Amino acid sequence: MDSALPGLRPTRSRVLIESEVVAMVIFVFTEVMLFAGFLSAYTIIGSGAPVWPPVGEPELPVGPTAVASLALILSGGAVMMSGRGATTRWLGVALGLAGVFVVWQVVEAVRLVQAGLTMVSSAHGGFFYTIVGAHAIHALVAMIVLSGCLWRQTRGGLSPGLFKAVRIFWYFVVGLWPVLYAAVYL
Amino acid sequence: MAESPSHAHDGHAHAGHGAHDGHGGHHEESWFVHYFWSTDHKMIAKQYLVTGMLMGVIGAYFAYVFRMQLAFPGKPVPGYGLVTGADYNALVTNHGAIMIFWVAMPVLIAAFGNYLIPLMIGCDDMVFPRINRLSYQIFAISAVLVVASFFVQGGAFGGAWTAYPPLSAKAEYSLTPAGSSLWLIAVALEFVAFLLGGINFVTTAMNSRAPGMKAFDIPIAVWMIVIASILFMASVGPLIAGALMLLFDQMIGTGFFDPDRGGDPILWQHLFWFFGHPEVYVVLLPAMGFVAEIITTFSRKKMFAYKTVLATTFATGLLSFFVWAHHQFIAGIDPRMANVFSVTTVLISVPIAEMCFVYIATLYGGSITFSVPMLWALAFIAEFLLGGVTGIYLGSSGADIYFHDTYFVVAHFHYTFFPIAIIGSFAGMTYWYPKMFGTFMNEAWNKLHFWVTIIGFNGIFLPLFITGASGDHRRIFDYTNFPELDTPELQSLRVLATVSLLVMLVIQPVFLINFFYSMFRGKKAGANPWKANTLEWQAASPPPHGNFPTLPEVYRGPYEFSVPGRDEDYWPQNSPN
Repeated sequence: MDSALPGLRPTRSRVLIESEVVAMVIFVFTEVMLFAGFLSAYTIIGSGAPVWPPVGEPELPVGPTAVASLALILSGGAVMMSGRGATTRWLGVALGLAGVFVVWQVVEAVRLVQAGLTMVSSAHGGFFYTIVGAHAIHALVAMIVLSGCLWRQTRGGLSPGLFKAVRIFWYFVVGLWPVLYAAVYL
Repeated sequence: MAESPSHAHDGHAHAGHGAHDGHGGHHEESWFVHYFWSTDHKMIAKQYLVTGMLMGVIGAYFAYVFRMQLAFPGKPVPGYGLVTGADYNALVTNHGAIMIFWVAMPVLIAAFGNYLIPLMIGCDDMVFPRINRLSYQIFAISAVLVVASFFVQGGAFGGAWTAYPPLSAKAEYSLTPAGSSLWLIAVALEFVAFLLGGINFVTTAMNSRAPGMKAFDIPIAVWMIVIASILFMASVGPLIAGALMLLFDQMIGTGFFDPDRGGDPILWQHLFWFFGHPEVYVVLLPAMGFVAEIITTFSRKKMFAYKTVLATTFATGLLSFFVWAHHQFIAGIDPRMANVFSVTTVLISVPIAEMCFVYIATLYGGSITFSVPMLWALAFIAEFLLGGVTGIYLGSSGADIYFHDTYFVVAHFHYTFFPIAIIGSFAGMTYWYPKMFGTFMNEAWNKLHFWVTIIGFNGIFLPLFITGASGDHRRIFDYTNFPELDTPELQSLRVLATVSLLVMLVIQPVFLINFFYSMFRGKKAGANPWKANTLEWQAASPPPHGNFPTLPEVYRGPYEFSVPGRDEDYWPQNSPN
């Protein structure tokens, strides 16, 4: 015991991974299981249906969404770069690209609703909006948190552990999307 | 996630610690902040504990009302009045939901996890204390919502705690338009609360251990709570997905579980039980952990096969993800699938049986003291064994066709859940009470409470095995309408079960009064009244804010009892020699 002085802490054992990162990895794991639940439900219903998606429903915009997906994936790259320096600039780029994706998702949803595909029109419609919507909400929340990081960075108060955790969450949002796209659109 | 780790933000908590202990010494906090807005893991633990006990009283009251109806159908129940069919369904549903989600989970995992993890691993608080506070606040809201669901138009949800659609999905079937949605939202919020808590538990146990505490120096109780938290977080995702889909079905009329519109009601059962079965182990493991701490301390013996306990725990956790369809043997799943799930279900009894053997081997040759916590711990092993053995019948897909939805099932899972939620909680509460409040509870009253509770419990559920095997269906609120079930033999067993419940309930105030009275008037307990080794006993009783005057260092494992050549028969983890 080298701590004869009251309140002086003995040397801590080495922390391998920052607590924020551990917490975020656990949280992302739960989120992965959440979307696994959605996707397995979607697969079960889809494989049990005679025709899937049901006939007479408006076609999903596969091509334009692929372009928007590219913007999302590039934003993942920008967030990765923001962790290596020039944080403010790269975060701005990432937020812009992510904004393109989210705005397209909203435009697409409005047009599909006008074309007659709604939450209640069929189980397929319900799944489409639930899965894609859940992802879009994750993207929006992550964008708000990234904006918070940007704001803190400009004031010089961004903690590295927290920022790393936020980046992990953004990688999750980006990495999840191709899986959802393949399952729902293709 | 806007949260800074505790070592960064609460520097004030350490600065003054060696100099003056006790709360309020280093900074003034109002009683409101102290009791309702605290980030101290011990206060949050007590909040969870008291809320869980309160919800336990509500759940017990529900059991009293519907058991009275079953024993004396159609007669007004004292303290409630006449029980209608809808009342009965709502009471049974919420008894199940409350006892699992608002009693077992908050007491076993949240209260003891919060209290024990930082103390047992030798740190000052959780890694994310404000997330911890948020966790309790969300939990408190969920508890208020589930109670509030009894007072809305149409009454509380009555579609069983499993909430199978279509009954749960459509208001024209459930007849509880507001109650079912409120119930579902309450359950979802409760999950969020435990998700936040669980993240804290795992991160804290991983990153804040005292210097020198290696993986196999961690007390089994901490291991169990951490593994249970991981199981919870791995299984809860699909249920949250299902709950959202069910909420959409209820509130905006989607057709996820509606076969007319391309949905599938069985889908819900898969999503629910993929969570629901691991959930059994989520609450079982902490109770198993408390029992491990108690039997080593009161038999003065080293844990027999510490690593085997961990291996069996991992095996149980893993297997628990592959047994869920045993709840659905008669739901129309493929019989070949049912075979697979029968095998995994029977297999999972192997690691649990191994764990029981290890505990019994720990007792063998020990110097056993039959203190109150030890009585509860031994009762846990005995009663849980009965639950496990009857599970073999239900896990066999052939036998389950007969037993499904009878009182045999009810008796079986109460022989698992009662030991977990009630016996495990009493074991933990009586064992750690001197640490939490610095005083002893009255031992004589506690022993009386133990024996009456145990005898009452067996008196409730042993008869129900017999009525269940005779064909008593569990979803009937008045058997007088079913001539083949309305026989004097079966009815006398139902009355026996209800009378046993009354006996068990009558004794509970003795514990509650003892619990609160002893806080103020109990005999003072020193820091280490049981002469145990783990770190929480090396802090003062009750531990001050910040827990330890100087954070401990760990030199050995947690169960070094009766080591030859030492004067004392225990050897604290933090004692250098």
